[in-house]
Amino acid sequence: MEDKIIQIRGVYKSFKHVHALNGIDLDVARGEVLLIFGPSGGGKSTLLRCINRLETVDRGQIIVDGVDVTDPHVNIDKLREEVGMVFQLFNLFPHLTALQNITLAQEKVRKRPREEAAEIAMQLLHRVGLPDKANAYPDQLSGGQKQRVAIARALAMNPAIMLFDEPTSALDPEMIKEVLDVMLDLAREGMTMVVVSHEMGFARAAADRMVFLEGGRLIEEGPPEQIFTEPKEERTKRFLSHIL
Amino acid sequence: MPEPGLPSTKRKEPGIVPGTTKLKDLPWWALFLLLLGVALVYAILTKPTYQTAFLFIVPGLQVTISVSVIAFAISLVIGLIFGLGRISNNPIIYNIATFYVEVVRGIPMIVIIIYVAYVLVPLVVDGINNLGQSLIGIPLLASLGRAFISLHITNISPMARAVIGLAFGYGAYEAEIFRAGIQSIERGQMEAARSLGMTYVQAMRYVILPQAIRIILPPLGNDFIAMIKDSSLISVLAVRDLTQLGKLHRSQTFRTFEPWNTVTYLYLSMTLLGSLGVKWLERKFKTGGR
Repeated sequence: MEDKIIQIRGVYKSFKHVHALNGIDLDVARGEVLLIFGPSGGGKSTLLRCINRLETVDRGQIIVDGVDVTDPHVNIDKLREEVGMVFQLFNLFPHLTALQNITLAQEKVRKRPREEAAEIAMQLLHRVGLPDKANAYPDQLSGGQKQRVAIARALAMNPAIMLFDEPTSALDPEMIKEVLDVMLDLAREGMTMVVVSHEMGFARAAADRMVFLEGGRLIEEGPPEQIFTEPKEERTKRFLSHIL
Repeated sequence: MPEPGLPSTKRKEPGIVPGTTKLKDLPWWALFLLLLGVALVYAILTKPTYQTAFLFIVPGLQVTISVSVIAFAISLVIGLIFGLGRISNNPIIYNIATFYVEVVRGIPMIVIIIYVAYVLVPLVVDGINNLGQSLIGIPLLASLGRAFISLHITNISPMARAVIGLAFGYGAYEAEIFRAGIQSIERGQMEAARSLGMTYVQAMRYVILPQAIRIILPPLGNDFIAMIKDSSLISVLAVRDLTQLGKLHRSQTFRTFEPWNTVTYLYLSMTLLGSLGVKWLERKFKTGGR
């Protein structure tokens, strides 16, 4: 049997009067790249945020790397070290340099010595193509550069899973590619990735599987070739015709 | 009022009378104030009545400053703790913090000082005495119990009560400044920190508070200036601060001009210097200074 690193079972979540998630069942295999797409308000980001408990579920169970995220007694900080997250608006720490953004959690959470953390940070900055920006503050970076630093910050914790919450939707068109290239590299290296995005080019190139989410329900899932060429659901077809 | 040192935002009108716009932009109010200061110094140097008033009152400066500094430092600690309490998800912590903030902000500062000095402090001393009574029966803690019993209300000086009262009163205002500063930091900052595995306390300490401090420094500075002014209220506890010495000198000499001109000018010097400092802070941190 395949190694399921994320198991989502019957998850429900509502905000005030909105049912964001209406019974989601979904597994993610180790090393898989899963792309979640669908109309806004469909519950994509909420589902992603439930995986590292930035949101708590109302009902159901989520097991990540053997840890029950939905158990309130579980040490969520420990699990979050293993689950990197990249946000739509980057959320870099504006009072710290790019390098310090990447070293902070290494030092405070992973307890790495300062020099080791800085060395790892520099390696990661090389990897995302920004070694010369180590001492730049976030407001001196472009959107694409910020997002690449944010990816490096998450990778510095050596996560087993990376969550991407619309990583390119706040970027100018010409900056999207530089971020997607970094993500493609990650996918090729075998990182487990759950990506909420409408970047269908990325989906074609890197996704193992796509799921279409609407109204808090999983409408359809399948490999990209199938979703793009012969979607089973009429709704999926209609949605794709709007964004392709 | 034109601000000293800042260029006028008004467009310069092309010279009907050359030079007049420059004269208009001078901080005349500050020059006038300086002139009054010079006059006061001259009076102190030449008139014996002013000289005795000045020499009598000036030791109060040290009391005013030290009471203000110590009380303000304590109020910052109270403010941080209760400010965090005001944004706590724990309903018990939230309600305790809100109770303190709302109650204290609803009472005049002078009443708070009197209440703390003559009600709260005696109440706490009573409580410590009672605790000592029950401790004295326990063999190991008997000496601690005796120490608790021997604590008397007169052991706590009016100056200490003044500091506690001011800190207690200002803590509520500082709490609201801390709360507003922390809440002004976008939610994404906390989420990013937590998603990296940081605990709530680590995220506060390394991510949220360093950003919030920059924002709240000017309002905290303004409150320190307000504290210097409000410290005059401790004269109701007969603490020998500037105001109290002014009162004493008046009642001893039946002169009013000399002590009150001196007292007023000493307060003004401190507060105006303070607001210059706050303006400097504001400018330093306005453009995202780090």
